[in-house]
Amino acid sequence: MSSDARRYLSGPLPLDSLAPGASFVALLEAEGMAPRWTTGPGNEIEAPEATTVLAIKYGRGVIMAGDRRATAGNVIAHRRVQKVFAADEYSAVAISGTAGMAVELIKLFQTELEHYEKIEGTRLSLEGKANYLARMVRNHLPLAFQGLAVVPLFCGFDQADDAGRLYTFDVVGGRYEEQDYATTGSGGSEAKSFIKTVHDPEMDEPAALRISIEALIAAAEEDAATGGPDLKRKIYPNVVTVTADGFTEIDEGRIATVAAEALEARP
Amino acid sequence: MTMPIYVPPEQLIKDRAEFAKKGIARGRPIVVISYVDGVLLLGENPSGSLQKIGEIYDAVAFAGVGRFNEFESLRVAGIRYADLKGYSYGRLDVTAKGLANAYAQTLGQVFTHEVKPYEIELMVVEIGEETADTQIYRVQYDGTLRDLAHFGAIGGEDEDLVSRLEAGFSEGMDLAAVLRLGCEAIESEGGEVVPPEEWEAAVLDRTNGRRKFRRLDAAVVAAARQ
Repeated sequence: MSSDARRYLSGPLPLDSLAPGASFVALLEAEGMAPRWTTGPGNEIEAPEATTVLAIKYGRGVIMAGDRRATAGNVIAHRRVQKVFAADEYSAVAISGTAGMAVELIKLFQTELEHYEKIEGTRLSLEGKANYLARMVRNHLPLAFQGLAVVPLFCGFDQADDAGRLYTFDVVGGRYEEQDYATTGSGGSEAKSFIKTVHDPEMDEPAALRISIEALIAAAEEDAATGGPDLKRKIYPNVVTVTADGFTEIDEGRIATVAAEALEARP
Repeated sequence: MTMPIYVPPEQLIKDRAEFAKKGIARGRPIVVISYVDGVLLLGENPSGSLQKIGEIYDAVAFAGVGRFNEFESLRVAGIRYADLKGYSYGRLDVTAKGLANAYAQTLGQVFTHEVKPYEIELMVVEIGEETADTQIYRVQYDGTLRDLAHFGAIGGEDEDLVSRLEAGFSEGMDLAAVLRLGCEAIESEGGEVVPPEEWEAAVLDRTNGRRKFRRLDAAVVAAARQ
């Protein structure tokens, strides 16, 4: 941490610098407070990993869901991890990969969007948000070589052309816009094969919710790192929607009902 | 060799204070009034883009009068302070009291150390779970910090405004009622009716989610004044 790292947190506020502009990450860097994630060469760390998140376009916008399990090797590290978050009022982000880092990355991303919005008085465009997230993933690349990769999934409602959009990323920070649905994480391909057979771009929200949960169940059946709905322990997937009305978290009671029905209906 | 002219410190401070006060009194005022669900911040501002009222953090808002570039730099510094603090510690650790103190220290230092004092006055407002948790701080050009109850005014003829608010205020008023009270107080000072689109109005409202700050558009102001 640099000598002036606490300039903003004690004593008179510094009024000299316009330098960080509206970016929170740039501010952290200017103040010497940016998170440093470097490990020595050749050190492979095994940290808990989060898997299987998905996003699907439907009639009114985008639905996004994630299971709750984090694993470290063949051990279940956490059973109630949250992997789907609001990025801001009109977008959502989900994570797969090294859980601890992904959660920190999301916190930084959320703060960045809010900071920009407050200082500039306007939100970043949806594409601007996706590009920024891609840059954050790219900055993470050295750690990915040490087995600490973070791969997010991003979706939102584009108010400029009144449509839901979703973006996938790869570990080097590549950003790809997807047409109908997207998944990531170790159970992602299983979930995607399921969604492919039932997806309808004009479906309503209850149908989209049902498909999201069924896809996670399908992934959990084939992938040990994905946790399906656990009715006994009352662990259910996190599901959110982003529409013209903004970000909404779907009530756990509703998810529980749909999960019970979906498990019942499995062949 | 020329000798600098001796100016007694009392005179120096008085001159600086007069200079700052003159600048502030020229600007249009802002009033802050608490209502049943939160706090209203209201001012006359024909410019839709150069705003005097702003969001700082979840339950903290800012208002400034005087020179725009001076309070704007303090607004930005305040957002940086709040976001750094909330990111480093926790969201609940960002308080209006901490920010008002930082502003007071900053303005105090500028007042005595810089070539020219800032010609601005600020309000920092925070709401809590209950009406009684509302905090309103007023920070003056020289760093004087005051804690106000229920309402306050900065800029213009602030003392007259406060006495007008005092006459019309009662606890438990709703948003429409405090909007009328604020608009009428400011109009009676200026002596003319201000059209709805020339008001800048925002609230911190408990019924909003995590981020309690919302701007009110001209339609809301017009509806309240019907």
